[in-house]
Amino acid sequence: MTATTEPQPSGAFEPKIAAFVCNWCTYAGADLTGTSRIKYPSNVRVVRLPCTGRIDFMLLLKAFARGSDGVIVSGCHPNDCHYTSGNYHARRRWMVFRDLLDFTGIDTRRVTFAWVSAAEGAKWAELVAQVTEQVRELGPHTDYQALAAAGVE
Amino acid sequence: MSRIGVFVCHCGENIGGTVDCAKVAQAAGQLRGVVHSVDYKYMCSDPGQSILKDAIREKKLDGVVVAACSPRMHEPTFRRAAEEAGLNAFQCEMANVREHCSWVHEKGEATTAKAIDLVRIQVEKVKRDAPLHPIKVPISKTALVLGGGIAGIQAALDIANTGHEVILVEKAPSIGGHMSQLSETFPTLDCSQCILTPRMVEVARHPKITLYTYSELEKLDGFIGNFKATIRRKARKIDEKACNGCGVCTQKCPQKKIPDEFNEGLSMRRAIYVPFPQAVPNKPVIDTANCTYFKTGKCKACEKLCANGAIRFDQEDELIVREVGAVVVATGYKTMKVDRFPEYGYGQYPDVIDGMKFERLASASGPTAGAIQRPSDGKAPQTVVFIACAGSRDEQKHVAYCSKICCMYTAKHAMLYKHKVHGGKAYVFYMDVRAAGKSYDEFVRRAVEDDGVKYVRGRVSRVYQDGGQLVVKGVDTLLGGEPLEIRADLVVLATAVQAQEGSEELAQKLHVSYDKYRFFAEAHPKLRPVETNTAGIFLAGACQAPRDIPESVAQASGAAVKVAALFSQPELTREPIVAVVDRQPPPVFSNCVGCLLCKSACPYQAIDQETIKARNGDPIKTVARVNPGLCQGCGTCVATCRTKAIDLQGFSNEQIFAEVMAI
Repeated sequence: MTATTEPQPSGAFEPKIAAFVCNWCTYAGADLTGTSRIKYPSNVRVVRLPCTGRIDFMLLLKAFARGSDGVIVSGCHPNDCHYTSGNYHARRRWMVFRDLLDFTGIDTRRVTFAWVSAAEGAKWAELVAQVTEQVRELGPHTDYQALAAAGVE
Repeated sequence: MSRIGVFVCHCGENIGGTVDCAKVAQAAGQLRGVVHSVDYKYMCSDPGQSILKDAIREKKLDGVVVAACSPRMHEPTFRRAAEEAGLNAFQCEMANVREHCSWVHEKGEATTAKAIDLVRIQVEKVKRDAPLHPIKVPISKTALVLGGGIAGIQAALDIANTGHEVILVEKAPSIGGHMSQLSETFPTLDCSQCILTPRMVEVARHPKITLYTYSELEKLDGFIGNFKATIRRKARKIDEKACNGCGVCTQKCPQKKIPDEFNEGLSMRRAIYVPFPQAVPNKPVIDTANCTYFKTGKCKACEKLCANGAIRFDQEDELIVREVGAVVVATGYKTMKVDRFPEYGYGQYPDVIDGMKFERLASASGPTAGAIQRPSDGKAPQTVVFIACAGSRDEQKHVAYCSKICCMYTAKHAMLYKHKVHGGKAYVFYMDVRAAGKSYDEFVRRAVEDDGVKYVRGRVSRVYQDGGQLVVKGVDTLLGGEPLEIRADLVVLATAVQAQEGSEELAQKLHVSYDKYRFFAEAHPKLRPVETNTAGIFLAGACQAPRDIPESVAQASGAAVKVAALFSQPELTREPIVAVVDRQPPPVFSNCVGCLLCKSACPYQAIDQETIKARNGDPIKTVARVNPGLCQGCGTCVATCRTKAIDLQGFSNEQIFAEVMAI
C-alpha cells in the first residue's frame, strides 16, 4: 500500500528509524529540540503514544517487517512517568522482549531503549544521531524482505 | 472510502523555508482516501482556519490532517475549527512537520520526504479515527497551594478573593518563606517584613483560606478538577486551639543552645519556639530532636508553665485527605551551601558568610538589631568584599544558569552596609552586572555613584585568613587582568539559587516535569509559563526558576487566574482518551477472557470486573470493565491484554499499527 519515499541521494544507505515515544516526556522533549533548533538526522519517524506502557512490542516487529532498520523506544525517566508506572511496564516488557528478539535472530542493537524527559531536547538530538549512526553501521535490515520475497510474512 | 483533507502550513518561513510545502500537499493528494489537499501560509490564522472549515463543508470531509506545528501547540485550535464545521473534533489529527522536521533538519529533499512521511502516517491514523465525545466530570472548586512564601501567599489570596476555597500548605511552622528573612528589598529599600506581614495576617484571617503550617503534601491522586490530596500535619506537640500564643514556654524552656534557622544560625533558639515574632500562626512548635524531654524523658518545663494546658507530648502526625480541583506549586528555592566553596573558605572561616546571613545581620529584627557585626568577634567590619556569582554561571559547580537575583541583592547589601558603617569600604567582585528590571539599573548606579561601592570586574580565586583578616585574592579584568589583593574583615558570597530540597520527589508526587537543575518545567517557556504539562497543576515563584519578589508575585497572580478560570466552569470536559473493553453481540459477547491482567497493570484502579448475564440472570462470562471516570488513558492495559480485548480510544491498536505500516 505504501511506498517508501526515503531518498537515496548518493546511493548511500540511509537507515529508517521508527521511534515509539510517550506524549509527556519524549514527545515533548523532541518538541523542545525543535524549539531550540538543534539539528539531528532526518531518518527518524516518530509515533506518538500516550505512554511507553501503551507499547505493544508487536509494534516493533511490525516496524521491522515494514522495512524499518532500527527502532527507538523512549519515555519518561524512572519515577517520572506521567501515569505513575507505565514506563516500568515498558521496561519489564523490554527485558523479556529483548531475549525473544535475540532468539528470533534480530540484532538487538537495532533497538534502543532510552529515557528522554520533556526538558532534554539536546538529549533527543544526541540519541537520534547516535542510533542513526549505529544502525547505519549495522547496514540495512533485510531479513523480513528476504522472507517476504520467499512468500512468508 | 474515507474522505480525508490534508492542510499543509508554511508557518511563514518556519516550515516553508525548509520543507517544500507545495510538494508535500501534492504528494498527500496522491494518498488513498485523500480527496482534498492544499498548502497555506498560516493555517492557524483566521483565513487559514476558514480554508479548513470551508473544505470540511464543501468536500464533506470525514477526517482532516493539519501538517503544521506540534499537536501540543495547536491541536486544540484545529480541533475546535473542525468541530465548528461539523466534523467530530477527534477526527482531526496533526502531523508535526515543524518541531519534528523543519526546525531540526536542513533544507533539502530528505526533509521534504520526511514531511510527506509524517503526513502519510497521520492520514492512516485519521482514517481510523472514530468520532469521540468529551467526558463531563464535576470540579472540586477548592485549590491547593503548596508553599507559604510570598508566591504561595499571593496565589492563595488571589484565588480566595475570587470566592473559592483555598488550602495553603507550608512545611515550616510559619508562613512567610525567604521573604520574611530579608532585611530590605530592592530597588526601593523598603522593609521586607513591613510589606509581607500584612499579607501573612490576611491569609490567617481570610474566611476562604485553610492554613496548614508545619505540614507537607504526602500524596496526590486523581486528575484535574478531581484531585485527592493527602496532607501530613506534622505534630507540633501543641494543641493549637488551646494555645493562646502567650510565649511563656518559649522563654522558659531550659534547652536554649539550638542554632536558630530563621537567623541562619547567628543566634540561638529554644527547643520550644516560634520561628520569628511575626509568625503566622503565632503558635510554638516543639523541636523533638532537641527537646530534653524527648531525649531523656525528663523536663516538661513547658507543660508545667503553660496556663492553658496546651502542651501535647503524645501528639502524633495527622493525615488529612481533601478533594481539590487545582494545585498551585510555590515551593520556592534554596541557596547553595557550604561544601561547595572551599576556595572561599566558606564554612571554614566564620567571617565568610552568605547573602542570607547578611540579610539577618542587616535586618532590624535580626540578632544584632540591624548592626553590621562580623560573626567572629562582633566588631563592625571596616572592609567588606561581596563576591557575586558564587556558584552561578559556573559549570564546575553544576550551575550553568544565572541566579538572577544576586546582582541586585549584592548592590543592596553593599548599599545597606555603607549606610550603616559610614567610613567602611565595600568591594563587589562581579562577572557582569545584570540589572534588567524596572528601576534596577538605576539602583545599581546609586550604589556606585552615591554610596561609593567599588565594583571590580573579575573573579576571586581564593580567600584565606591572615591575622584576623581575610585576604581576598582576585583579578581586575578591566585593568588588563591585574592581580588584586584586598584585606577584608567580612566576605559575603552571593550563593547560587537552586531548586528546593526535595523538589524531585515532589515533582514525582505531582507527576510534573522538571529540568536537569530540578526546577519544575512550565508547559511552554514563553506562552504557558505558569502551567505544567499536567492539567490542573500550576507554578508560581522560584520553584520554576530563580525569580525575584515582583516576578514571583506576578506569576502567582497569573497562576491564580488560571485556577479561577478553571473553577468558573460548571463542569469540566475531559478528553475521551480512555480504554474500552470489547463488547459484541452473542454468542461471543466479548473477546475478553476475564484474566484481569489489565486490572493489575492499571495504575489508577480504573478496571474492575463485571459479569455478563443472560436474561434469566445466569452468568455467561466474567469480563473486565473500565471506569471512564478514573481511566487516564495511558494504555498500559492495552499492551498487557493477551486477547486484544481492551483498546484505547484515540490511540487504538488498529490506528497505531496503521501508523507503523505507513512508516
